[in-house]
Formats: sequence, C-alpha cells, structure tokens
Amino acid sequence: MTTIATTEKAEPARRPRSQILEFMRQQPMGAASFVVIVVMMFAGVFAERVAPHDPLDIDFGGILAPPSWEHWTGTDAFGRDTFSRIIYGARTALIIGFASSFIGSSLGALLGATCAYFGGRVDMVIQRFVDIMLSFPIIVLALVVVAVLGKWQVLGIDINLIFAIAIPIVPNVTRIVRSAALSVRAMPYIDAARTAGYSHLRIICRHMLPNLMAPYLIMLTAYIAQAILLEASLSFLGLGVAEPTPAWGLMLSGNATDFFREAPWMALFPGIAISLAVFAFSLFGDSLRDWLDPKFKV
Amino acid sequence: MIRKSTIALALTATLAFAGDAVAQTPKKGGSFQFAISAETPHYDCHGSDTYATLHFASPFYSTLLQFDLPKYPAVKGDLAQSWTVSPDLMTFTFKLTPNVKFADGQPLTSADVKATYDRLRNPPDGVVSTRKATFADIGTIETPDPLTVVFKMKAINAAMLEHFASPWNCIYAAKDLAADPNSPKVKINGTGPFIFSEHAKGSHVIGKKNPNYFKPGLPHLDEWKGVFMLQAAAMRTALQGGQVLAEFRSVSPPERDSLVQAMGDKLRIEESSWTLNLLLTFNTEKKPFDDVRVRKALSLAIDRWGGSAGLSKNSTLRAVGGVIRPGSPSATPEAELVKLPGFSKDINASREEAKRLLREAGVPDLKFTLHNRTIPQPYTPAGIYLVDQWRRIGVTAENKQFETAPYLAGLNSGNFEVAVDFSNLFMDDSSLGLSKYLSLGKSSENKSRSVDAELDSLYDRHMRETDPKKRIVLIQAFEKRLFDQSYQVPILWWHRIVATHKTVMGWEMSPSHNLGQDLAQVWLNQ
Repeated sequence: MTTIATTEKAEPARRPRSQILEFMRQQPMGAASFVVIVVMMFAGVFAERVAPHDPLDIDFGGILAPPSWEHWTGTDAFGRDTFSRIIYGARTALIIGFASSFIGSSLGALLGATCAYFGGRVDMVIQRFVDIMLSFPIIVLALVVVAVLGKWQVLGIDINLIFAIAIPIVPNVTRIVRSAALSVRAMPYIDAARTAGYSHLRIICRHMLPNLMAPYLIMLTAYIAQAILLEASLSFLGLGVAEPTPAWGLMLSGNATDFFREAPWMALFPGIAISLAVFAFSLFGDSLRDWLDPKFKV
Repeated sequence: MIRKSTIALALTATLAFAGDAVAQTPKKGGSFQFAISAETPHYDCHGSDTYATLHFASPFYSTLLQFDLPKYPAVKGDLAQSWTVSPDLMTFTFKLTPNVKFADGQPLTSADVKATYDRLRNPPDGVVSTRKATFADIGTIETPDPLTVVFKMKAINAAMLEHFASPWNCIYAAKDLAADPNSPKVKINGTGPFIFSEHAKGSHVIGKKNPNYFKPGLPHLDEWKGVFMLQAAAMRTALQGGQVLAEFRSVSPPERDSLVQAMGDKLRIEESSWTLNLLLTFNTEKKPFDDVRVRKALSLAIDRWGGSAGLSKNSTLRAVGGVIRPGSPSATPEAELVKLPGFSKDINASREEAKRLLREAGVPDLKFTLHNRTIPQPYTPAGIYLVDQWRRIGVTAENKQFETAPYLAGLNSGNFEVAVDFSNLFMDDSSLGLSKYLSLGKSSENKSRSVDAELDSLYDRHMRETDPKKRIVLIQAFEKRLFDQSYQVPILWWHRIVATHKTVMGWEMSPSHNLGQDLAQVWLNQ
C-alpha cells in the first residue's frame, strides 16, 4: 500500500529533467553505464567521423603494429587499424543487438500478453511451446536457427542472424511478460473494455501492452547485452557477420587467435569492447528495473 | 613475424627425422586419427574438384597408376602390374594385378577399368565427370582378357601416362555403374587399402583395414578416422592436444609458428610450393560480367605482387603466377608475366586503366557479391584482400562465404556473380593446367561459363605440339588470350605447410594435397 501511494504521489510531479537527475542520484552505476552506452551509440552512429582510419584499409607495411599514437589499439594481420574497427564494430553490435532484442522482446511481450488475456487452451499451448524453447541453452538455440536459416546479408548485416538471436529471446520475455500481464488482465478497466465490446486485438494492444511497458523496457535493455554477446559468439564461431565487416566477435577469431602471442592487442581490445558493452547494458537494465519496478523502491 | 629460427629448427628436425624413418621397420596396427578441414559434398572422385573428397575417399579406392612421390612426377603401378606405351604414344597397354577384389567381394577385371574410364571420358546423362576434357583424346578402350586393358588414342597427349596416375580416377565396379551410374556419389565400393566403415555427417569418417588388399603387407594401420574440423583454431588445438595427429592439406604460416612453439620436437613440419591456384571467376552469363571491360578492370585492380608479399605472412597464399605453377618448366617467367593484364608491377597505372574501363562500360561504381568459401585458409584472407583492392577503384563487393557443399553448388549451377575459385592440380603438365579454362561443354571445371573458340584451338594445338619450346609459346599465347578476356584469372598460387605428429610415419609430402592420401604406407610409431 505504501509503495503504491509513493508512486502515485511522485509521478505526476516529475518532469523529464528531474526524473533523469533522480535516476542519476538513485542509480549512479546505472547512470555511468548509460554514459557508456551513449558513447558507444555516438561512436557507432558517427563512426565515419570518429574513426581515425578506414576500417577496411589494408596496409601490409603496417602489419601487427603495436599500439601507438598512429594506431591507438594497434593493427591486425592485414595492417588494418583495430581502433577504427572497434568503433565500426560498435555499429554492427548495436544494430544487431538493438534489432534482435527489439524483435525478440516485442514478440515475447505480445505472446505473453496474449497468453494472459486469453488464458485456457491458448495459454497452455503457447506456454508448452515456450517450455520447449526454454529447455535449450540460448546459444544452442541461436546456433540451430543460424544453421537452418543460413545467411541473408543486406549492407553487410546478416538479417537472418538478427532473427537467429531474436528467436531465443522470445520465450524468456513471453514468460516474464505473461506473469506481469496476468495482474493487468485482472484490472477492472480490462473488464470494462470487454463489456464495451472492444476487439481482443484492441484490448491487448491499447489497454494491456501500455501497462506492461516497464517489464518490457527492462527486458529489452537486458537482452541487448545478451544479443551483443550472442552476436560476438556466433561471429567468433564463423556463423555471424562475415569478413571484412568490422565486428567485435569476428575480430577475436581468425588471425587474432593465430597471432595472439605476437599481437595480443588484436584480441584484447575487441574483448574489452564486448565486456564493456555487455556490462553497461546489463547494469543499465538492472538499474532501470530498480527504478521502474515499484517493488524495488520499498 | 615468422620466427625463422624456430621454423629452421623444425625443418632441420624434420630432415633428421626423415632419416630415422627410413631406417625403421613399420609397426603394424593402431588407429590413426587425422583432421579434414572440409566435408565432401558426395563420395564420387570423378565428379569432384575438392580435396575434401579425396582425403575422405582415397583410402577406399585404387587407381591404375600412382605418382611415385619421392620421385615426383614419376609414376608407379597401383592396380597396373606393368604397362607399355607404343613409340607413337598412341597405345597404352596395362596388365592388371590378379586376384584383386572389391570391398563387396567381387573380383576386379579389365571390364571395371573400362567402365570407369568410359564414365570419366563420356559420362552418361546426369553424371558429372570433371575429367571429361582430360580423357577426350581416348579413342577406344579394349579388354582383350580380364587382366589386360588397352587404351587407343585419337590424338597424342604427351602427359597421358601421368593422367592415368591421377588420384581422381578411382576405379569403380562395372556392375555398380551398370546398376546406377550415379551410385559412387552415395556408395563406396573400391579395391583400396581400407574398407569404408562409417560416415557420421558433420563429424567423421572411419576406414577399416582391408584384409584382402592386393599389396602384400599393407596397409599397416588397423583403422583410421578422419575428423571434419572446419574451424582452423579447433584443428590447431586438436593437433596440439594429440586428438588428431595430422592435417594433410595445409596450415597457415602463423598456425605453423604457433604449433612449432607449442609442440617443439613432437611436431614435424614439411613445406612445398603447391600445385594449387586461387582464381577469380566471373560469371560471363550475368551482367555486367558479360562485358570484357568489367572483368578486365576487376583483374587489373588487384595488386598481386603487393598481395604476395603481404598475404604470404598470414595465409597460405604466396607466389604470383599464370596458369602453370611458378617455377615449373612450362611456367611463364616473371619478365613475361608482368606484361600480361593484371600482372604489371605498376599498380597505380593498372588501377587508372581499370577505372577508365569501368567508366567506359557504364559501371564506375559497380556493386556485386563475391561468392566465397568458409574454409579459412586462404579463402577468408583472399576475400578480405579482394574487397579492399576493388574499393580502391570505387567498386563495392560483399564477401559472402558458404560451406563447401553450397559453395560448390553455387559455382556449378552458375548462381554467382564473381567467385573465388580454385584450380586444383595434381601435376604441372599444361594439358591439365589449361583444361579448366576451355569452353563450357568442353570443360566442366570452367565455372565462368565462357565459350571461347580461340582458347580451345590454342589448347588443341598445344596438345599436339611435341616440341617443348613451341609448346611453351602456345601456352603463353593461351595465357595472353585468357587474361585479355579475363573469364577466370589467377589471384595467387598457394604454399603448402603440412604439420604432423612425429609418431605419424610413412606419409610422403608432395606439391599436391591430392596425392598420397590412400594411407596404405602410413604407420604409427607409438
């Protein structure tokens, strides 16, 4: 009771700026991770302006050069600037991370809300399917999907890879959103909407989903980290994006393993980038959950 | 970055060890596990170009002749106990070894050899023989008795004896071919040192000792297992950990250095130039690659000399050459090579010419997909390099890599625009080296789908030419025409580096990874 009262009182008074300041005060780690994410997004979006070199430029005269003022994180086995490749790699990671997390979480939220709304046989069938999907480790499921779908590249981005990463996200989000949606389903306004004769689709999309935005956003953010990690893992295994597209996982495989003694920077810096991105998104997701979920505010 | 001292040490150790090997008596028995870095799309030697088929199937089959690897390119008998060649080179008579049996128990006769070579030179509808052009000169095949085969030629082919030693000419049973001409694609029944036991797709192939093998005392091994390892890192780790004892295709220079450093004197490294050429193939049936200006521009943009210096440090690519292996007797010397389109050392001038040709052709900012293979060495470095080279003339290429089966299916069906292709030879003779570039219909190895009567004519003339000097002139004319038209152009020739545990004995290194893979002589010194 106290929790609800606090939330109800505080929310109408908040303005966006004060909300941000409040978030920073209450979740300093979340705020710090948000800064990292913003920097990554900036680097990804403005890679052409930020990167000191063209990430595809081969320079056999500068093969495996160690970190220097010219090449901040050294060069790879083709003399390509690894710092520029990391910056462009942020673009690949964010596009695939955001796209797959968005598709997976949105589909999961829709299925979760549908299960909760209809209940009965619909809920039973979808939930058993979700059980089957959840029995597979997320990487195994992604590997299976990649193997089945193959590759479909558009502008160097593998569209099927996005779906391969999105599909394993769906069952996890479905399960969590369903549990939140069950309480929304019991609200009087849903009954009112049904009495008013609104269609099922309208009730789910207009009345239920907006009220599930908090768990949805939390899952969306948290699964971006998972998606980035999955993309890196699949690229490392040769099933993700293809050379010469700059991608962090790809930078860790191939020549990075061949030359790890002579040029450890080839694996070190992309590894740091992956860790930092995953850490930042996970931490931000956690902070967002703590901030948005009333239960954590007690 | 290559540690010359460690390599020198390893090579010295190899030579010293080779001396030991000669002195040792082979030990019988044991199970030999080795890595194969690609999985064969089918079992048929006649219809394949890839080592993936030979490293899988060679131990199960025999051929008429074999290359004598310590004396390469000399040949020796395999199924043939003896043979004679008429002075005019028009008749080849082979006496077969008696009492040879196929794995299913049926005896081998001259009829099986005839059926095999009929399939190779004139495949029935629905059967692919990539050796069709090679054996087009055979007029008739006679079988006067069950152990004699006589090949009568329509025209002279000076390298015919070597062609009879091709590892691709697996001898099949006539009865099997009569029942289903395509049966060798899915069923293995040979007279080789091992009998097919198991193929777990995506995992491994197992061969068991053939107790009825016709060569006394062979094979030494009880069993072998070829494990498919498509990831170079996995293969290297397995080799280092002893899960596999060899990989017979090649490792890259950095992989070699890493293995030498990790394994020291437990490892044997053998190196050789390689009868394998990475090619750029344009699909001449697709626009704009039906335009010679576009094809030539894309070839001109590639800095082969600079690429050779750079790629030799991180890949199995090394030598710059034409259609014949650089350094071999018929190869075009460097002084002549640099005059050919795409081989000039003035890369800036070549690229200006390339840009002009693309403008003329109306595609100055051309975009296309490069059909490539997922095998890391050397396909991935080649893809990276080509994309970079074309960017320098304003061309955007997307490097798409496929597993062996879909890669070959795309090449064979013409479902590609530009492809990284290969010329996988087992000897240096030009009759083999040039055959890939013959018109579609004459050569099923020609993936560019080009038809060029001038190239066909030059090939025929060179085949009939017995004067070696005049033959070389014709080879060079062939190369000039080929590179002017740029249907298929060499990128770089490969360099072979084979790493084996020192417990693996009896295997012979050669310039071709297609040769010496029947494993009959291999034994384990454990």
